[in-house]
Amino acid sequence: MISLRLLFAVVLLVVTMGPSVHAVEPSERLADAALEARARGLSKELRCLVCQNQSIDESNADLAHDLRLLLRERLVAGDTDRQVLDYIAARYGVFVLLDPPFAPLTWVLWLTPPVLVLGGGGLLLLRARRRRLEPPVPELSREERARAALLLGDQQ
Amino acid sequence: MLVEIGHFALVLALLVALVQGTIPLVGASVRSRALMDLAQPAALLQFALVALAFAVFMHAHIISDFSVRNVFENSHTAKPLLYKVTGVWGSHEGSMMLWVFMLTLFGGLVAGFGRALPASLRARTLAIQGLLGFGTLLFMIATSNPFDRLFPTPADGRDLNPLLQDPGLAFHPPFLYFGYVGFSITYSFAIAALIGGRVGAQWARWVRPWALSAWCGLTIGIALGSWWAYYVLGWGGWWYWDPVENASFMPWLLGTALLHSAAVVEKRETLQRWTVLLAILTFGMSLIGTFLVRSGVLTSVHSFAVDPARGVFILALIALVVGGGLLLYAFRAPGLETGNPFAPISREGVLVFNNLLLCAGMATVFLGTFYPLFAEVWSGVKLSVGPQFFDATFVPILMPGIIAMVIGPVLAWRRGNLAAALRRLSPALVGAFLAPVVVFLLNHAAPPAALAGVALAVWATLGVLTDLADRSGLARLPLRATWRRLRHLPRGTWGYALAHFGVGVLIAGIVVSTAWRSERIESMHAGDTLAIAGRTLRFVGVTEGDVANYHVERAQILVERPGGAAMTLYPERRWYPVARSQTTNTAITTNGFGDLYLALGDPDGQGGWVLRAYYNPLVPWIWFGAVLAALGGILSLSDRRLRMRLPAARASAAGAIRAGDS
Repeated sequence: MISLRLLFAVVLLVVTMGPSVHAVEPSERLADAALEARARGLSKELRCLVCQNQSIDESNADLAHDLRLLLRERLVAGDTDRQVLDYIAARYGVFVLLDPPFAPLTWVLWLTPPVLVLGGGGLLLLRARRRRLEPPVPELSREERARAALLLGDQQ
Repeated sequence: MLVEIGHFALVLALLVALVQGTIPLVGASVRSRALMDLAQPAALLQFALVALAFAVFMHAHIISDFSVRNVFENSHTAKPLLYKVTGVWGSHEGSMMLWVFMLTLFGGLVAGFGRALPASLRARTLAIQGLLGFGTLLFMIATSNPFDRLFPTPADGRDLNPLLQDPGLAFHPPFLYFGYVGFSITYSFAIAALIGGRVGAQWARWVRPWALSAWCGLTIGIALGSWWAYYVLGWGGWWYWDPVENASFMPWLLGTALLHSAAVVEKRETLQRWTVLLAILTFGMSLIGTFLVRSGVLTSVHSFAVDPARGVFILALIALVVGGGLLLYAFRAPGLETGNPFAPISREGVLVFNNLLLCAGMATVFLGTFYPLFAEVWSGVKLSVGPQFFDATFVPILMPGIIAMVIGPVLAWRRGNLAAALRRLSPALVGAFLAPVVVFLLNHAAPPAALAGVALAVWATLGVLTDLADRSGLARLPLRATWRRLRHLPRGTWGYALAHFGVGVLIAGIVVSTAWRSERIESMHAGDTLAIAGRTLRFVGVTEGDVANYHVERAQILVERPGGAAMTLYPERRWYPVARSQTTNTAITTNGFGDLYLALGDPDGQGGWVLRAYYNPLVPWIWFGAVLAALGGILSLSDRRLRMRLPAARASAAGAIRAGDS
């Protein structure tokens, strides 16, 4: 699977056409440490649209650089985290959000895991309860006995 | 000429596979020993032919025979010999070659070592394995022929993707494929058992070693891949919930469930249907993992299977293998289960509970991986499912499983006593409560999730140790007797202990490295220093040079720590002119408890270079843990009970009949 994993890395290289080490540059940083920490958190939630499955925090593509600056501008302007994400999603589409918001389109995505666990667990409990009520395993019938003899004979 | 022999061997293997996949099946249904016994020589011959083709292909790579298209596209005369060998599986055609080699290897192993198997089960298993081989070989020959010639012969090749020219990645595919393809044999056993209508303790005993070997291979393969991502990608992460990673993780999750439920079938003659279903689905996930991701459905920018013929063939193959298996299951499974009853609180109960969690976890990973595709098809909206989704769903699903994992082995089969089990585990219980308190006292800023993780890690590791102490009678018996008991514990028990302990170590690594990682990213000039995790990094400068098939920029960084010897690290960037691509070569130093991780970034345009420095505490434990788990699997594999031997006539007869063909 290497080739696949690689492929992602390679595609990234090809697409970005830049030098290889990714991520935030010292020159982009905000002076305010608290704001910068929020910016880093947000940049992990935004997809680099021209890369292969990377957040803008890890990408060195020009677009990622621009988005990192944009989100810092919004933070400096006083936006909340949610507002920054909405602002960017409104311009670049929901595809940019790595953490998919809970919306009609993602109901199935978010609800399936808990439904599976709870439903599966419930089913198992029901089964366990029903089983306890079942009578013990019945004796073998005559045909089954005959078949047993045949099979055991076969095995020896 | 040699290349044509390889090509011919591949075609011959296809024909042998067809014979192997049909005649023994007929033989098993008409009970003709002669027809059934054709399966073993056919499986061995198919393996020999594929091995020959593989050797020829490798030879072409080693001697740089650029008249073979695949060699031209993926090799270069200046490439180091190691990567000429491992570059064999660096391309699509080459990895298919490795895949089919593993497939026939497993068939050959069953043919060679499966003498104790009942003739009909062996014949059917090998026949199914033969059909799988037929499908894969047909795919190769029809769409991905590794022996395609090129004329006129180019003077030199295009070189292998530089990212592949790395020791971690060189050995990652063989392990991973050993795991993926190893589950083909449990699939074949399951289908053979469904056709034959018998799944009993004996069947599980035959299947377990294969499932266990495949699982060990997959574990090591995934660990190697993640280690590679860690040191190559240059940002210090080791898992991104990328489709490629998920592709290998899904069969691992199901394989883990399969391993445990097969144990229940062997020990307790229950969960037969469930185990057979898991065997089918595990291999199904292996197929989906390797092929569907590769077919380019998930990523639009895909360089391998750009050819639609490949994609369609792959889909048909998956539909046939998984769909066919499930269809057969639907018809035959109702006759299978004998189902010895058990109480919810029992070892079986806990195993079922963990099976549920592993499967729900797998389904979550599957959903997260494929959801963007579904969503785009039905709504036209492109959306992303990133690591945040998996962290928010998969992690909480698996957490109760870690708690249960410690309790299960302490409970009795059939009906257990939870209170007694917890009493036996009280040292671990106390440890799991105290550890996060201690951590909190030392570091008030510790996030609650990290505290919970610490508790889990301590619970998992101490739990295993407590159980071992208990089994050996420590503190109840004289030390000498304890030691004797400990030495005489079955290897399977040691295997379980090592594997579960490894999981605890792995969790510790994940939790601590995620919560307490430090990062510094700065522009550095010669002479500048940077402080991180109690160390001082002194940037000496950057030198350039040409090595083998690449150009290198190498930074020299002096690492000083109070009371310790200074050392020098050399993070690099490499430029591969033939492949026209750049790679990062991080410099990492570890003391077993934490990694200092350096990556060289771009020049800043003012004579300085961007340096990324990370201190990742306990990160090596992630791989120690995975290796311990795999070693545990290997240790279990060496347990006498799992070696193949003549089937003892057991009380399983009644179960077998109930499930017998009607």
